[in-house]
Amino acid sequence: MSDLLLKIRDLKIEGRSDETWNPIINGIDVDLKKGEVLGMIGESGAGKSTVGLASMGYTRDGVRISNGSVVFDGVDLVTASAAVKRDLLGKRIAYVAQSAAASFNPAHKLIDQHSEGPVQHGVSSRTDSEQDGMELYRRLRLPNPDEIGFRYPHQVSGGQLQRAMTAMAMACRPDLIIFDEPTTALDVTTQIEVLASIRDIVEQFDTAAIYITHDLAVVAQMADKIKVLLKGDEVEEADTRTMLSSPKEEYTKSLWAVRSFERPAKPAINVKATPVVSIHNVTAAYGTVDVLHDVSFDIHAGRTVAVVGESGSGKSTTARCITGLLPPRIGHIEFDGQQLPLDYKKRDKSQLRQAQMIYQMADTALNPRKSIGETIGRPVEFYMGLTGKEKRKRVDELLAEIELEPTEYFHRLPSELSGGQKQRIGIARALAAEPKFIICDEVTSALDQLVAEGILRLLAKLQDELGLSYMFITHDLATVRSIADEVVVMKDGSVVEQGPKLDMFQPPHHPYTDLLLSSVPEMDPDWLTNLLQERGVDNIGDAAVDKM
Amino acid sequence: MNALIWIIGGLIAMLGAAWVFRLGAQKATNNKPYFRDLPLGVAFGYVFAAVALTFSVWYFFQPRAVEGVPQAGVIFFRWAVIGILGFAAASWVFRTVFRTIGTEGSKKLFRSMPLTAAFGIMMIIIYAFVSIFAGLIAPYGQEEILGAANVVAGGDPALGGDPEFPLGTDQIGRDILSRLIYGAQNTVGIAFVTTCLAFLLGGTLGFLAAVLGGWLDQLLSRMVDALMAIPSLIFSLLLMTIATAWAGSEAWLVTIYMIFIIAVIDSTRVFRLSRAVGQSIVVMDYIEAAKLRGEGLGYLIFREILPNALAPLLAEFGLRFCFVFLTIASLSFLGVGIQPPKADWGTMVRDLSQFINFASFAPNVAVTPLLAAGAIALLTVAVNFVVDWMLHKSSGLKE
Repeated sequence: MSDLLLKIRDLKIEGRSDETWNPIINGIDVDLKKGEVLGMIGESGAGKSTVGLASMGYTRDGVRISNGSVVFDGVDLVTASAAVKRDLLGKRIAYVAQSAAASFNPAHKLIDQHSEGPVQHGVSSRTDSEQDGMELYRRLRLPNPDEIGFRYPHQVSGGQLQRAMTAMAMACRPDLIIFDEPTTALDVTTQIEVLASIRDIVEQFDTAAIYITHDLAVVAQMADKIKVLLKGDEVEEADTRTMLSSPKEEYTKSLWAVRSFERPAKPAINVKATPVVSIHNVTAAYGTVDVLHDVSFDIHAGRTVAVVGESGSGKSTTARCITGLLPPRIGHIEFDGQQLPLDYKKRDKSQLRQAQMIYQMADTALNPRKSIGETIGRPVEFYMGLTGKEKRKRVDELLAEIELEPTEYFHRLPSELSGGQKQRIGIARALAAEPKFIICDEVTSALDQLVAEGILRLLAKLQDELGLSYMFITHDLATVRSIADEVVVMKDGSVVEQGPKLDMFQPPHHPYTDLLLSSVPEMDPDWLTNLLQERGVDNIGDAAVDKM
Repeated sequence: MNALIWIIGGLIAMLGAAWVFRLGAQKATNNKPYFRDLPLGVAFGYVFAAVALTFSVWYFFQPRAVEGVPQAGVIFFRWAVIGILGFAAASWVFRTVFRTIGTEGSKKLFRSMPLTAAFGIMMIIIYAFVSIFAGLIAPYGQEEILGAANVVAGGDPALGGDPEFPLGTDQIGRDILSRLIYGAQNTVGIAFVTTCLAFLLGGTLGFLAAVLGGWLDQLLSRMVDALMAIPSLIFSLLLMTIATAWAGSEAWLVTIYMIFIIAVIDSTRVFRLSRAVGQSIVVMDYIEAAKLRGEGLGYLIFREILPNALAPLLAEFGLRFCFVFLTIASLSFLGVGIQPPKADWGTMVRDLSQFINFASFAPNVAVTPLLAAGAIALLTVAVNFVVDWMLHKSSGLKE
């Protein structure tokens, strides 16, 4: 047992709310050997990050370790003095946060922040650590490794920043690194590059790591063994291959099954039928810079068109053009064959009613001071003119339609709902207008996989019942596979490729579509290794995008 | 020089004591994490607090008069301590009472309330009560001249007091207690009206600027900048001088002008706040959803934005009320505010200010101007306590 680097025993953590201490983690054990990578997965609120931080002997404000021990290399971090912890943290244990953009100090250059740790801990001199930093940047395959360190955090991209942060964690050659969702906020093509670099460097230096994520496919690439958490309890732990091939617990199986939801393909579109929404040669600009170039596609009745692309590709801008928030500079939008006024202020009530929108962040899409009944009731009153009992009846119908119990939820505020329930309220508000067409802007990307699947099934059900048309904006190809009928791939404000889903997922592809498809992690633990062998490190991720 | 040596010596001694205290505590508790990781500065703080407390208790029990000469320092210190403890006790009782009576919601509110907030709420209720029912509570009229002038506060005939006038009379023989009570009505009432006006003006324009943006926002913001560039007290003093000339012999007109002048000057601060708060709300998706629904400007401002801006605006209302109230007192003190013979706390402080010179040998005489000043200070502190508590609550709820 002497090769155990980190040994957590019966760890219990409590958080303070409403004047009492409530349990967050109910007794978790972790064993980590030198050079081993433990993947920790679970839904939001499962306590992954809390355990991650606790393995450094640290808790957030208002949270305390109430029981158990965290023994790192013979030192119990729970009872260790501040001085002992100060000596260990940063030097032998390092942490990589989810959002590198929020974790770097924007006022200092990358290399200055990089060498702060080694100099503080007396590991190396300033010049040595700067030299080492450039070496690490090179190994992490950052562009211009000798110069990039002299930039400020806002001058490099998100993926590069995440790699710079990994380099910073590596600066003292720690024995243990905690990765807290390091790629969750990144695009797929960026993610794959970061994943490859992290895995590479962890192997090179034989560093042990705890890799926290909610994405199973990611953890399958990274971890030697996987631990599944649910509401502060351990569900099960096993080595990666065993866990993927034969999970024991029901909960784990349900997590694995999420990706299997797929709608049957619909018959081909009647070419003569008038599309519900038709986008004609739209070019739009923010200020004087064109962000959309000649975008055209049709959305037919009862169909789902998925618009796919990375951040900055113009997906949401297209939605803003359709809703009229950003009037196009050239081109126009047709609705049922009728040309719509470009600016939403010039559209009349019935035109506004026909196209509704569901937003990505349900938190900002619902007015926090309005009850659910008010939020859904407003469009009912505004468009349909229903008041009093009739309005209440209609709201109850809508709540039943989104599978929430009307009497229980009518008077609640958004803060009293879970993320998935909030998103359902967003859907109900859109349905209340009785539209023909709904724009879904990344509606599932902020949700846990199980919850997201529930939302997708609900949207599919509503489409079948009400004959709705969806424009489904997403960057997640798994979502596209499960819900779309037609796919539009966008890049840098232009449509790269479009067509029925089945064609899109079959070769031959446009090179960019091919790259997107190949960058989506699969559950196979050898996927990343195979991909790297197949294509070589320089032909994946952003590097490949830049070559196009 | 001698005093400096004493101070430095004392600090070094306390630092030494802190070090000994920490070492002792570590030994006594067998190195508990709290004492083990206790910084020396914090230990010093404990020692300093202990020394200060001991000194206060010792000073409190010093004789009030030595050989017939009153010790003003001791007497004022005793008053302050008794006042603070008394108010604390009263607010504790107030909070305890409301934890047991009232609706379920109000009970819950009082259960989680800190003592400072309970004090603030209690004082605001008392002030509101007094100012509304001033006519019934006050023993005499505010303009009534009652004969004996300069009666000393305290009601003790041996010291020149009169039980008829518990807080004494002023230089022309008006009852100070009655004038304090009427002063609450005039000063607090006018301050409240002025603050409401400032919020109506500043809030509406601020939200309008936030929602519409563009040239209207530019125009309003630059106007506000220009107004804010002028020191507000001097500006209002200037305008009040003009207003007084316009009003001529109509004293009530001066009060109306004052309300408008202070409201406009203070609305600039409200404008800035509501514009900033509004701008952060306008970018939310639910506002976009409402716009796309085709909602009008009024619905957007009053139904979507206002409920979400309420917490910071209410907090600002409390603070702004204090500032307005102090401005009125200042203007009255300078002679251009509320016009005599109406009672007003600012004017009272000014009229009675020379009595402060008696402080060192006749504390009972010197207290007269302090009563009105104390009334202003208490309300300001009380409102700020409530505002702090509300801010804390609203920021805590967002979690």
